[in-house]
Amino acid sequence: MSRFVVRSERLAARKVGGEMVLLSADDSSLLLLNEVGTVVWEAADGRTSLDAIADRVCAEYEVDAATARRDVEEFVAALAAAGMVTTVSQGTGDEPAA
Amino acid sequence: MQPNHHVIVDIGGVAVRLTCADRALAPILERRFGRFLNPSARPAFEFEITLITNQDDLDGDEDLRVETANGRWIAKRGDFHAEWSVAERTGRIWQTPNPYAIDSILRVVHTLVLASEGEGFLLHASSAVRDGRAYVFTGPSGAGKSTIVRLAPGDVTILTDEISYIRKARDGAGYTAFGTPFAGELSDVGAPVNAPVEALFRLGRGDDNRHERLDAPRAVRTLMRNILFFADDRTLVGRVFDTAVDFVRRIPAFELKFAPDARVWSTLQ
Repeated sequence: MSRFVVRSERLAARKVGGEMVLLSADDSSLLLLNEVGTVVWEAADGRTSLDAIADRVCAEYEVDAATARRDVEEFVAALAAAGMVTTVSQGTGDEPAA
Repeated sequence: MQPNHHVIVDIGGVAVRLTCADRALAPILERRFGRFLNPSARPAFEFEITLITNQDDLDGDEDLRVETANGRWIAKRGDFHAEWSVAERTGRIWQTPNPYAIDSILRVVHTLVLASEGEGFLLHASSAVRDGRAYVFTGPSGAGKSTIVRLAPGDVTILTDEISYIRKARDGAGYTAFGTPFAGELSDVGAPVNAPVEALFRLGRGDDNRHERLDAPRAVRTLMRNILFFADDRTLVGRVFDTAVDFVRRIPAFELKFAPDARVWSTLQ
């Protein structure tokens, strides 16, 4: 079953110098995402599946599919633990064209 | 202080009039805000102060809390209680006779004014002007904010050794640093002048004096960690965040390691 990533509404995100800076509205903590993290974050729209996000990372950063999938899974789990995203089994709409 | 016992404290081009029926506060405020008193400034805010001599009327151990409801802000701490209307820009203060209550209230008011207008921020940073340009030094306690301005050569004008006042320049192209009376180790050090910001430095102690460019995301993080903000207000925090991002896009930021000795100043230009 596909899973989808939804960004928390309890934060503000700004792209600075090609990297995403996340600010938690709950405790004002800050998280800096690297380039790959920024790609994942921008794809975490609730409509793009985790598999599709991994495919995107795979295409842009010349890593094999298994590595991309594992990295994306770990990254999304870390974001979820920090309350920055949630994962759901039902997408919020049509999957956007790649 | 005038016969009607008011002073106008002008910081960052935002003047606040403080009126008190009790003449005991006058010399305290004049001593505390000296060069930042500007009787001819047009007040943007007005506060009426009531002195409380019975400490039992306030909770002496209470930490600073700032709240908002129905267009009014409330700031309170062990030695004061302040309330003001955002729309009317007037308020009242109940405080014990000390200079630190007004100092804190002014920090809160200026912080909220700058945040709500998306115009700038107060920063835990020292700052100083050389050759018409302002240099801003930020970092946590012990990083050397006071030390670096104390080491400044004679042609440098110190804006503050503790809290920098940063707001967008009128032409929108950059940012301006203003002097503040908010002092740290050095009392009465800030000068009531301003200058365009040349650069932001994140301070750290090193074996010698050198600086390296700080990338934009880390510069934003440095700013957000050191910007003063008191209110749990999502909209205002978002505006401060936007201002920090805008600042970093316009002003170069550096990691500065310094020995510390006075030669650091020759490496900054």
